[in-house]
Formats: sequence, structure tokens, C-alpha cells
Amino acid sequence: MIRFERVAKRYPNGREAISGVSFDVQRGEMVFLTGRSGAGKSTVLKLIALLERPTRGVVTVNGQSTGALPARRIPAFRRAIGVVFQDHKLLVDRPVFDNVALPLVVAGTPLRELDKRVRAALDQVGLLGKERLLPLELSVGEQQRVGIARAVISKPAVLIADEPTGNLDPELALEVMNVFRRFQEVGTTVMVATHDMHLVREFGKREIVLEGGHVRGVEDVQVPTIGAAPA
Amino acid sequence: MTGPVTWLSRHLQAALGAAGRLTRAPLATLFTVGVIGLAFALPLGLKLFVDNARAATGDFANAVDLSVYFRIGTPLEKVEQLATRARARAGVATVTVIPADAALAEFRQYSGFGAALDAIEGNPLPHVLAVRPQAGADTPPQLAKLQEYFTSWPEVELVQMDIEWVNRFNAILEVLRRTLLIAAAVLGLGVLAVVGNTIRLEIQNRRAEIEVTKLVGGSNAFVRRPFLYTGTLYGLLGALLACAIVYAATAVLAPAVADLARAYGSRFEMLGVSPRDALRLLGGGAALGWIGAWLAAARHLRSIEPQA
Repeated sequence: MIRFERVAKRYPNGREAISGVSFDVQRGEMVFLTGRSGAGKSTVLKLIALLERPTRGVVTVNGQSTGALPARRIPAFRRAIGVVFQDHKLLVDRPVFDNVALPLVVAGTPLRELDKRVRAALDQVGLLGKERLLPLELSVGEQQRVGIARAVISKPAVLIADEPTGNLDPELALEVMNVFRRFQEVGTTVMVATHDMHLVREFGKREIVLEGGHVRGVEDVQVPTIGAAPA
Repeated sequence: MTGPVTWLSRHLQAALGAAGRLTRAPLATLFTVGVIGLAFALPLGLKLFVDNARAATGDFANAVDLSVYFRIGTPLEKVEQLATRARARAGVATVTVIPADAALAEFRQYSGFGAALDAIEGNPLPHVLAVRPQAGADTPPQLAKLQEYFTSWPEVELVQMDIEWVNRFNAILEVLRRTLLIAAAVLGLGVLAVVGNTIRLEIQNRRAEIEVTKLVGGSNAFVRRPFLYTGTLYGLLGALLACAIVYAATAVLAPAVADLARAYGSRFEMLGVSPRDALRLLGGGAALGWIGAWLAAARHLRSIEPQA
């Protein structure tokens, strides 16, 4: 579902964020992307979401190579991917409902469907009933979950998250991670970048470890966890 | 990919969103619309002025009279006889005989030279025919032919055509009309700049929103659409304001113009903005607003790409 083949990314300032990165994520799999800050985790996610294009190598997501995708097809490509950001990137002047509905609105979903689907997405992250509140009226954990609801509302095949638990206490972090696992269980390919090794160990999913812009290793932790579907 | 209903609802959403945004910042909207309205009101007012000048003078500007002066001493009977013959000619509407005595009496009464006239022996004025050509038979070559016809009579001293002042007047109107076109072009460019700049500021203010929208897969067309509607609304509202301004000005001026016309013995009534001109301005205003917004959006939206 997500395939990196000897991918390198050099930014205009000359810094090479990653190089020679190769890995493969199967459809319906959930993997963690770990490593210190600066190891290249964010760059990998940006390449998947097509916020950046690879300098060398091939990034294939959902069967499409991102390097050659014409600009006019980028919107459709992005609609098939849900992205969760550490700083959630919510529109603070719009109520929760509008934030969550945005991916459907840009996709031209009929208005009568919006209400039902927004409520369903908020229900999945445990925020039903908060549609009319503004993001800043919510706790940090709740804001993060609004971001997740927005990422999953259009039922993307791929869900990626950049440090989604970075600002959360351990209890909330576990809760948010469980939300991701539930999406994996219904068939979504999930990739979570994190440096929270505790959580990674606890979930027992495959882990891609980055170090200094290279893949240091892929660890197949096969600890069966209660509620987790077999890989 | 998307049905017409979806398409329509998308556009409706964008249009309503744009309208809502304008009402949420009423003062800023008022200023922008005010500037556009004034820019439109000037050419519209000028157009109305030219139209009115043309209508007010239309009666005599289009009908050119000929004055046929006879030699002093031509008998009035001869003049009457020739007048009758002239009336039968094709292309002649009316022929009025002004006998020398009547002309003298009139001159004595109105000129104030009564005493001077008394000093002159006899009547220094000739008999005159006032000839009005038929409407439709007053092109320059036809008039020239008519003039030739009267000149050929041996009793006629001079045939005068009151065409020069008509030419001058039409030339003045033409200058005004061109001034109007130039003003419209320059102010139209001004409106483009005003709308473009306003939209540019709005794009900057909504940068975060545009970024997030692109991030979740909003196309350039989707992001651009509300701005295009905003620009179109600015143009439309500006045009409406211009119509209102000129309408109000007309209402204030009309009684004074009617008084002026009456003083000249005319029953001329001032023309207002015609529905046709108003519709044209509304259409043109909306188009200019749209173009201004499109220029700004094409320039500034492309540069906003989501950063993670």
C-alpha cells in the first residue's frame, strides 16, 4: 500500500533529510515509524501525503507513484489519504462540525449526507455532541481527536499521523492510539510516527526505525495484543 | 464525476459563503463597494448627461432649416407664388413666408433699435422663406440640392443653411462621448485594481484556511471559487450603488432642469437611467469584479501550499 524504494529527499537548503530509504507497508497493516527528532520521520510522512516529492527513488502510495503525478491530480490523491498532525491544523474560527466536514465538502459530498457522516466520525473518536463547539473550547486531547475525525471522515485507504500523542498525557495517548488501531481493524492502512516507545511496545505492531535519514531496522514485534486483529 | 445538482450546490455554497463573509465585515465591505460605486457612478452620470443633451436639443439639431433671402424690392406676390411652387417639391416639409414688413415690425419690437430704424427710409429687410426639409430628406447631399434649387431663382439673393452650429454642437457631443469612453476605461481599470487588491488581502487573511483546505484535497478551483464570488459581488454591489447615486442625482436635478427648459419655452423632461443602461452596468460591474478576483486568485493562491 505504501512502498518506498531507495528514496532520498534533499530540501532546497541542501539538507538531505533521508536517503536510501526503502520499506513496504501492506494493505490494512498498522506500522509505527520511530526515531529521534530529525531522523526523517516527518519527511517520510510528507512524501506519503505528497506535501513533498522525492528527490530520488520512488514513493508509491495506493498504487500511484507520487513523483510523476501531475499537479492537477494532487487534490484527488490527497483525498484518498487521511493525515493527522501533531499541531492538528484545525481552523480555530470554525466549529468542530465545519472542521470535520471539510474533506467531504471539498470532495463535493451532498449536503444532506454531511450531518450523518460528521456525527459518525465524531462518534468514532468519542466526541459526539461537541459539533457546535470551537476547537479552542476543547481540551488538547479532544482537539487531537477532532483532527483524527477529520482525517478519517472520507474513509481514506491510508491514514498517517505525525506524533499524534506528542502533547498528550499517557492515558490520553493510549486512548488516541486505540482510535488508530480501531481504524486498522476495519481495513485502513495506518502509519503512525512517534517517539513514544512505551506505546509502540505495548501495541506490538511492526516498527520502522529511522536514524539519521536511513532505515536502521524493521522490527517485527509479534506480541499478540488483546483486541488486535492478526496481521 | 459530479452531477449537476452537486455542481449547483457547490456554487450556491460558495456564493452564500461569499455573501455571508461580506456581511460579517460590513464596514470594510461598505468602503470597497463605495469606492467601486463612485468609480461606476462617474461614467454613468456622464452618459446620462450626454443622452440628455442629445435629447434636449434633438428637435432642432436634427432638423436643419433653410432661410431663403430675396432681393430687396421683389414683390411679395412673386414670393408667395414661388413659395407655393416650393411647397410642391419633394423633400420639403413646410415653407413659411416671412414678409419684410412683418420682419421689420418684429425687429422693431424686440431689438430695441426702433429709433435707429425710424431714421432709415423704407424697409431694409428682405422677404424671407423659412424652409424645413422633410424628416428623412435631410442628408447633406439632399440639403445641398435643395439649396441649389432655391439659389437658381433669379429673385433670390442668398440661401442660408443653419447647419454649422449643428455641426459644432454634434462635435461637442462627440468630444463628451469620447471623454465618457476614456473615463469608463480608466475607472474600469481602477475597479479591477480595487477588487484585485481587496481579494489579495482576503487571501492573505485566510491563508491558514486555504492551506488546510488544500491539505484535505481541495482543488485550486474549489479554493478559488469563494473569492471569485466575492469579487463578483463587489462589482455587482458597486454597480447597484452607482445606479442609486445617479438615480438620486437625477431626482435632485430634474425639477431644476424642468425649470430651465420652461424658461426656454421647452417642455423637455430630464431622462433618468434607462433599465438597459442599468442592466449593462450591473453586468459589466459583475464581470469586472470577477476578472479582478480571478487575477488576484491566479497570482496568490498558487503560492499557498500546505506545509506540515
